[in-house]
Amino acid sequence: MKKIVNNVTWKISGEAGEGIMVTGLLFSKSCVRAGLKAFDYTEYPSLIRGGHNTYLTQVGEEDVFSHDRSVEILVALNQESIVVHIDELSAGGAVLFDPDDKKVSVEGLRKDILYVPLQMAKIASDIAGNRLMRNTVALGASFALLEFPKEDVHKMLSDVFHSKGKDVIQQNIDTFNGGYDSVSKQQVDRFGWKIEKKKPKGDIVVTGNEAIAIGAIAGGCKFYSAYPMTPASSILGYMADHAEQYGMVVKHAEDEISVINMAIGAGHMGTRSMCATSGGGFALMNEGYGLAAITETPVVIVLVQRPGPATGLPTWTGQGDLQYALHAAQGEFPRFVVAPGDVIEAFEMTAEALNIAEEYQTPVILISDKQLAESHQTVAPFDSSHFEIRRGKQVTQKELDAGTVFFRYESTVKDGVSPRSFPGMKNGIYVANSDEHDGKGFSEESSENAIAMFKKRQRKFDTFKSQMPQPQLIGDKNADVTFVFWGSVKGAVVESIKRLKEYNVTTNYLQIAWVSPFPDETVTKVLKDAKRPVLVENNMEGQLGNLIREKTGFDIKDKILKFDGRPFFSEEIAAYIIKK
Amino acid sequence: MAVVKDFETKHFPTWCPGCGNFGIWTTLKQALVKAGLDPHEVLIVFGIGCSGNETNFLHGYGFHGLHGRALPIAHGAKMARRNVKVVVVGGDGDGYGEGLSHFIHTIRGNPELTYIVHDNQVYGLTKGQASPTSEKGYKSSSTPAGVIEKPINPLSLALAAEATFVSQGFSGNAAHLTDLIVKALAHPGFSLVNVLQPCVTFNHHNTFQWFYRRVYDLAKEGYTPNDRVKAIAKAREWGDKIPLGILFEENRDTYEGDLPQLAKGPLAEKSLENIDIDPLLKELT
Repeated sequence: MKKIVNNVTWKISGEAGEGIMVTGLLFSKSCVRAGLKAFDYTEYPSLIRGGHNTYLTQVGEEDVFSHDRSVEILVALNQESIVVHIDELSAGGAVLFDPDDKKVSVEGLRKDILYVPLQMAKIASDIAGNRLMRNTVALGASFALLEFPKEDVHKMLSDVFHSKGKDVIQQNIDTFNGGYDSVSKQQVDRFGWKIEKKKPKGDIVVTGNEAIAIGAIAGGCKFYSAYPMTPASSILGYMADHAEQYGMVVKHAEDEISVINMAIGAGHMGTRSMCATSGGGFALMNEGYGLAAITETPVVIVLVQRPGPATGLPTWTGQGDLQYALHAAQGEFPRFVVAPGDVIEAFEMTAEALNIAEEYQTPVILISDKQLAESHQTVAPFDSSHFEIRRGKQVTQKELDAGTVFFRYESTVKDGVSPRSFPGMKNGIYVANSDEHDGKGFSEESSENAIAMFKKRQRKFDTFKSQMPQPQLIGDKNADVTFVFWGSVKGAVVESIKRLKEYNVTTNYLQIAWVSPFPDETVTKVLKDAKRPVLVENNMEGQLGNLIREKTGFDIKDKILKFDGRPFFSEEIAAYIIKK
Repeated sequence: MAVVKDFETKHFPTWCPGCGNFGIWTTLKQALVKAGLDPHEVLIVFGIGCSGNETNFLHGYGFHGLHGRALPIAHGAKMARRNVKVVVVGGDGDGYGEGLSHFIHTIRGNPELTYIVHDNQVYGLTKGQASPTSEKGYKSSSTPAGVIEKPINPLSLALAAEATFVSQGFSGNAAHLTDLIVKALAHPGFSLVNVLQPCVTFNHHNTFQWFYRRVYDLAKEGYTPNDRVKAIAKAREWGDKIPLGILFEENRDTYEGDLPQLAKGPLAEKSLENIDIDPLLKELT
């Protein structure tokens, strides 16, 4: 049989607390160390134990930006996994199941797939004395089916369990081998996919949340506060783990109200500050968001979306909070919102958001979602060598001592940005005031002052808008289809473009990363020339579409919208384009 | 060295004539002078309310934040620049109503902040509604039939939350209050100064005269503020006798003192250049 090489989707499924996440990451990293690319996607309910959990890894030779719906290997740790996922298997795909498990049965199921009985519990118990190590048995059997060299995974296991000592490493290797060796040559021959090693590229396997945290560290964030909330929590864990190493203070505060106010307090003193949450926590932060705006205090707020309202679908993905981020908090003030679409953008834009926050003395919202936050992507190691730290206008003690009176909120300043002083500096005294205020920060309610201050803050926005990065039209200039989107949808769109090539459909795409201020001129120009603009959003209302209509008058009628808590599959997008 | 006038601005207080806030304003300025501080060395974080309006009348770096949220701003600021003296000024509605959880949680960490609460047992700026410290039965525009709940006791709450400096002053006794604030400013940790401060416009029950007949100085009775359980008993005194002075004091590590990251100087002055992320990237292969 001629096998499909280096294009395979692997899935493990079972209950929470069975080590599925660890095993999945081992699978991804083993492939990446072998010179391949991996993208993974997890599904789990809001439970610590039990429930239905999955970990999917899509493996390819070129960059993989999202995952397919079809699966070639399914490791089913229980009967539910078989029932729920059997339809996802490609014809000829394999199900690995435990024939000793009395609750598991494959009788009467699909005839066009390969059933691989694997005594996961028995092998794990015999070798490691621990049936929980069934995953490792399954990992071994999976790699055997894929003809992946054993030794490469041994090295991976040694590195991952390095801190746990030699015995644990050996136990893992033996258990892995137990699974690997139990797959027969006949089974391998009947399976139509394999992995072949390439030259290792030294790539990293990284989630969006990790990318944001590393971007923040590289961008000089020294104060991070948060309250745990899925799917933003892993940023807190990451920052806390590396706080001492990078001289940061990480504060797990009592609630998100405290979180934003602490970050503002630290930002006010001249520390680069960031906080992160999901929609519910962001709702609590709203008043503080406005406070940062009127006191002109730099702070970056990361909003990792999940479908709402209220508790909603806490462990699933969606893009339902764009219009919320654009309108959060009372009153009129410039709202800076940036939306990375993949891990590299998450890394770079977080560092840049910290710059913009200080340069324009403003809160900046960086909006992401569960799909970007928790999926691992394979990329070349992040490069921060081109980063520059831009701290904006800050007065020096020498300037303050020169004799002229210092006005922190000088309203006549042309670009809207007036220099900051910091507590402790002589002659720099001012009040950061949540009331409307004069140049010194004292409360001032006159008509003239109110107009001058509203306009001052707005001018910062206009200044940034004249300098901000513009969205680029990527792909064939005269394409049949122009995809328009924001955020993590990028992955599925880019993959669907690959599929559409096979159908001779030419495509390009316009990704809106800086959502506010809105790049209306560029967007208008692109849409005017587009043959068939298609909006792709992971929400019900088409919120970017509405924004585009508001800002440009252009109504994109062709919309692919998905709002069931699941991310897009590239197949879905491609199918929609071809069908119409 | 600074004098009292250095802590004044061009704005004169807008409080009602005879307001208890004047006493706190005067004593705070005197205490800052006595503590040897210059205005630029101090950050005063205010809540929202009549007390918060003091922002405009007190010269020093100021932060007039949100209703109830002064403490987290101050805590964040303190972590960023330990070397700056941070004072927090708020009211009873502000700090014991809207911001009560911050009160308890800030105390747990013991950051070096002095928290001065203008406790007038009423909402002044919104025109006289009952506050969390209003007495049971107190009639106001929001409680015409009288307050049903028992009042918050900020002193016993602070003591129960393991506060390291708990005190009470009275805006009608300036000399005593000044001395109390000076001691609070010198305390290496979180210090609470709850100031009984009559609202002459809206609270016609807890008046200056009402307090004069009841307050007494703990120190003059030979009270030693080193026993938390005895302090809680004192904190519960309200009626014929109301204690003034330090109820409890002890030394404990501060939040910022427990952070090794801050040992080598202020967080806000750390270099942001050449941050090496290679060790982080290696963890991801």
